[in-house]
Amino acid sequence: MSVKDEDKTEGASRVGNVTRRSFLSQVGAAGVVVTTAPLVARAAQTMEPVARQAGATEKVENAVAVTLNVNGKSYPIEVDARTTLLDGLRETISLTGTKKGCDHGQCGACTVHVNGRRINSCLTLAVMHEGDSITTIEGLGGPESLHPMQAAFVEHDGYQCGYCTSGQIMSAVALLKEPCGPKDADVKELMSGNICRCGAYPNIVAAIQQVRQRA
Amino acid sequence: MEAFGYVRATDAGQAANAVGRGDAKFIAGGTTLLDLMKLDVERPAQLVDINHIGLDKIERLPDGRLKVGALVRNSDLAHHALVQEEYSVLSQALLQGASAQLRNMATTGGNLLQRTRCMYFRNTAMACNKRVPGSGCSAIEGDNRSLAILGTSKDCIATNPSDMNVGLTALDAVVTIQGSKGARDVAIGDFFLLPGTTPHLETVVAPGELITHVTLPAARKGSKQLYLKLRDRASYEFALSSAAIVAEISGGKFSYVRVALGGVGTKPWRSHEAEAALLHQPAEGAVFHRAAAMAVRDARPQTENGFKVELTKRCIAHALTLATQNA
Repeated sequence: MSVKDEDKTEGASRVGNVTRRSFLSQVGAAGVVVTTAPLVARAAQTMEPVARQAGATEKVENAVAVTLNVNGKSYPIEVDARTTLLDGLRETISLTGTKKGCDHGQCGACTVHVNGRRINSCLTLAVMHEGDSITTIEGLGGPESLHPMQAAFVEHDGYQCGYCTSGQIMSAVALLKEPCGPKDADVKELMSGNICRCGAYPNIVAAIQQVRQRA
Repeated sequence: MEAFGYVRATDAGQAANAVGRGDAKFIAGGTTLLDLMKLDVERPAQLVDINHIGLDKIERLPDGRLKVGALVRNSDLAHHALVQEEYSVLSQALLQGASAQLRNMATTGGNLLQRTRCMYFRNTAMACNKRVPGSGCSAIEGDNRSLAILGTSKDCIATNPSDMNVGLTALDAVVTIQGSKGARDVAIGDFFLLPGTTPHLETVVAPGELITHVTLPAARKGSKQLYLKLRDRASYEFALSSAAIVAEISGGKFSYVRVALGGVGTKPWRSHEAEAALLHQPAEGAVFHRAAAMAVRDARPQTENGFKVELTKRCIAHALTLATQNA
């Protein structure tokens, strides 16, 4: 499996020529290898990560059928009605670029676009999104063709640990189409639903302002 | 989260029928309900998805009133041209609430039914009369810094957390509720219930009833409108104290005024006392301070929220100053 393929399936973030996963592998910590190996194996099996074959390994009781349209692809899946959109994306469709932070709509790590608007995917159910057009960080741009906002985050170092980054970028891209004043303070106000515990806020604001000014 | 059945309703009638059976709840934005279901505070056996039954329009009625569908999202309401121009206190209140993501999800009807953020209500290990009637109140004598000083009882001091509801209160909104026996209109002042001995009853909406829309009276063109929110963080935080002002000044005096408070009441708090102290009086500092003092005359602070009495006085006086400075 090439690095390129791996990126497509797992939506790994990449800086320069190093993916998050290849970096972890190169570091070679035994624990890291053990825990990530099954993920890589699974990703290799499901190039088109359609609905993890729920029936094959584990039966979902009282499953509800729903077809999610994510990044332009259709995913017919069956999920427990309790499955949030976030868990459906990560666990069922294996698009793990969207992150789970607080799971209560307080941190913004799970931000995705539904019909072009940003929402917290942890506070909505997967079954509520039949017919909706969902965009995740994987659909925004890939390592070979970064969205201008992704490129700006790289250029301005708009992250440290990176965990909040996909949510930050999804929020920032949605902000471009929302009513927002020109000042840094206006951007901060509209980005307040995305928490960065590393405190990369000044760089995040700089990245967003650069994209807005070039738009 | 406990298991539940899920149905998607296609119209209001079907939604009402579906929710009428057993322990069911409507789900719209889900921002309060799913949050509380994850905490096992809410445990419905059935969810009826009402996101596809219409009720998502904002329309000007022939008599000048503004009809807002219950499923209009908070962001759409806040940014609607008529709301920004004629009901700006509502737009301001909405945009100071929650985050951009949550405002894209939360609905007008859902925000009216938003539950308290009292940490004892949200924690099933703690006694809470609102969650389990008769179990006691952990907040009294507990960590009550953010809780209410107005409208409390010996059984509950939980604060209504909404900003939108404060704006709607200052605008004399009317809520229309659809039940099995037809629709009824309820003035916003009668919509919310004081906790008294039954804090689990928060509004006049009965089980199975559906909020269909909110109607705002014809705009008071030229009125001064302002929402001031004081909180621990600059953004994305609930109010410690907030004030919504709608005022008309004629010859330097108040000819009309509404004062509503958030963050300090067990329900969105209209201060008739402050309004009475302002009406027909000159729009000037001494009058503002007198009105602010009247608003908290009956305040009953708890062990940790005494600061809210002074904070609320300053909040009201400052809001009145800002609202009327170009009068």
